[in-house]
Amino acid sequence: MKGAEVLIDCLIKEGVEHIFGIPGGAVIDICDLMNRSSLKFILTRHEQGAAHAADGYARSTGKVGVCFATSGPGATNLVTGIATAYMDSVPIVAITGQVPTPMIGNDAFQEADTTGITRPVTKHNYLVRNVDELPSVIREAFHIALTGRPGPVLIDIPKDVQQKSTSSRYPSSLDLPGYKPTRKGHFKQIEKVAGAIKNSKKPLIYAGGGVIISGASKELLELVQKARIPVTTTLMALGAFPETDELSLKMLGMHGTRYANMAVTETDLLIAIGARFDDRITGKLSEFAPHAKIVHIDIDPSSISKNVTVHIPVVGDAREVLLELNKIVEKADSDEWLEQIKEWKQQYPLTYQQGKGGRIKPQQVVEEIYRATEGKAIICTEVGQNQMWAAQFYKYTIPRQFLTSGGLGTMGYGFPAAIGAQVGNPDKLVFDIAGDGSIQMNIQELATAVINGLPVKVAILNNQYLGMVRQWQGLFYDKNYAYTSLARNVEPAEEGNGPREMETTYIPDFVKVAEAYGAVGMRIERPQDVREAIEEAIRIPKTVVMDFRVEKEENVWPMVPAGAAISEMIDGVELL
Amino acid sequence: MKHVISVLVENKSGVLARIAGLFSGRGFNIDSLCVAETLDPTKSRMTIVVRGDDRILEQVNKQLNKLIDTIKVTDFKGEEYVDRELVLVKVNVNSETRSAVMQIVDIFRARIVSVNHNTLVVEITGNESKIVAFVELLRSFGIKEITRTGKIAMARK
Repeated sequence: MKGAEVLIDCLIKEGVEHIFGIPGGAVIDICDLMNRSSLKFILTRHEQGAAHAADGYARSTGKVGVCFATSGPGATNLVTGIATAYMDSVPIVAITGQVPTPMIGNDAFQEADTTGITRPVTKHNYLVRNVDELPSVIREAFHIALTGRPGPVLIDIPKDVQQKSTSSRYPSSLDLPGYKPTRKGHFKQIEKVAGAIKNSKKPLIYAGGGVIISGASKELLELVQKARIPVTTTLMALGAFPETDELSLKMLGMHGTRYANMAVTETDLLIAIGARFDDRITGKLSEFAPHAKIVHIDIDPSSISKNVTVHIPVVGDAREVLLELNKIVEKADSDEWLEQIKEWKQQYPLTYQQGKGGRIKPQQVVEEIYRATEGKAIICTEVGQNQMWAAQFYKYTIPRQFLTSGGLGTMGYGFPAAIGAQVGNPDKLVFDIAGDGSIQMNIQELATAVINGLPVKVAILNNQYLGMVRQWQGLFYDKNYAYTSLARNVEPAEEGNGPREMETTYIPDFVKVAEAYGAVGMRIERPQDVREAIEEAIRIPKTVVMDFRVEKEENVWPMVPAGAAISEMIDGVELL
Repeated sequence: MKHVISVLVENKSGVLARIAGLFSGRGFNIDSLCVAETLDPTKSRMTIVVRGDDRILEQVNKQLNKLIDTIKVTDFKGEEYVDRELVLVKVNVNSETRSAVMQIVDIFRARIVSVNHNTLVVEITGNESKIVAFVELLRSFGIKEITRTGKIAMARK
């Protein structure tokens, strides 16, 4: 068998069904054979779209997503998508072509040092120089991507390796002496956690993306019910614990709820599960959970005591650890604390002011999407204000229903991720909640969605700004909106002496863009039309782009200013 | 504080770049790094001298362990170990100073490996304090060039 053939055979043995990518000179042999195999190739319009689609596929299904590109620019275009997956621990395998081995290092046409470039943003990567190693490399790559703390793995395959014959086949076993993730938590440590819970009066669970990755939602719910501990989740963990539950405090951190941040500040026992104490969560480190003993359950030892000193570390898979903990845990003495939290929740709800002057409020759009989808849709987001509103105003109850670039914060992630999620979940409703800035970073994937008949719904919260940066400029840079306006602003022709307002034009016309690609475009300008528009978009079995022209200078509230303690939230809803 | 860490890794291409990249990417400071094959040719041993407090060292340790190609990390902190470094020094000499240099070489049990009209190349192995003392003594004669291997280390037991 030739290398290319072995590759396809191994991918099928790994259970791969879909591959997202773009062909090219250095992968033409693989494409030639793949085209005749059972693998379904989804041709994207940019390799970044392919990487994000594989990522969205992986996050929404729990399976490994596969993306594919040629050497040089094909591979470098994947990098943002790979880095996005790396920061959020998403299992993807990226397969790239490379120039023939004798030409490596000679600055050949479309040559780049792909393994060199991707080394810091992959969990592991391979340059396959010997075709006999190809099957074991593929087996290892999928194993490494999916196990332990998951992450992207890249396999770079030179063209001559694809063409050479080999007798090696998909191996039955793995040989990775340096890779043995700890899954079972140490029982003594788990006992200590149970003891700490029993003695706590103000316990709080801080759940991260690891809960979703390990499939520990059921075990988390059981722990919460047994021990009576309230739960706050990170952006990555939305859906890990039902936000409709009375013990849910929703999201914490920079744009989290005020009550979640107050709870973190007051708690005497913070139980972090599959979270990593990111700076967007902790704010000023020295004032984060100042009264708390800290428990940290995580599969990645390097996450423990990296930012915050941990009192009871438990290295292990979140689900495995919770299964053991649930056997011995007792109810915490938390009744008073739960009362207090209930009060805070009533006192400081997430809210926004209804629009004046007939403008649509972006939060309203998210709420209506929640209502129309009955809380069951897969929601992808771009990055910025749209992402925070999507996090705040949709109530997530299902693991793997919320896909967002949390760690790297990649604008342009949401739409291709939604395509990947739709491919992996053909029967589910998939929304991309977007901003007018980020949607343009991968808008070419409209072609991919339309051609493959993927009925993804894109809801653009169009405020003519790179909104989150504009918000910071408004709050901390004297409203000097440097380079954040996306509109064309033209001074009107002279007429009289009164103050003149700039005439602004929306660029582009998203309805026309959608139509140009063969998708359905809708424009919504009045608050009373939002609900009907969303319902109509859901009824149309096609790719739909909804251009919601929203309040231009709406801010995301509440907010912890960068570098401040999370107890110091500011809230513009009250200030106005 | 300086630490000596010994890392057993798979002897594959790219491993050194992976480890070096980890140190630069995460802002850890390397003083020296030695790498060579072990008895088992499929494995290499790296000896890394790194600077940092306990917190940084803990991260270095964990991050090294996280690499797929890393088989074992040993931090020699609090453990009995021996360390050695080999240094080549090219020192200026003339007819008057040559014997003085040779005496120092003798006292330190170093070796002269090359003799020229105006220079001597001296080889010395030893632990850090010996090397520092030796180099300091030769400095007054004028050191033209110095090459160090970096430290290698091994647990006593």
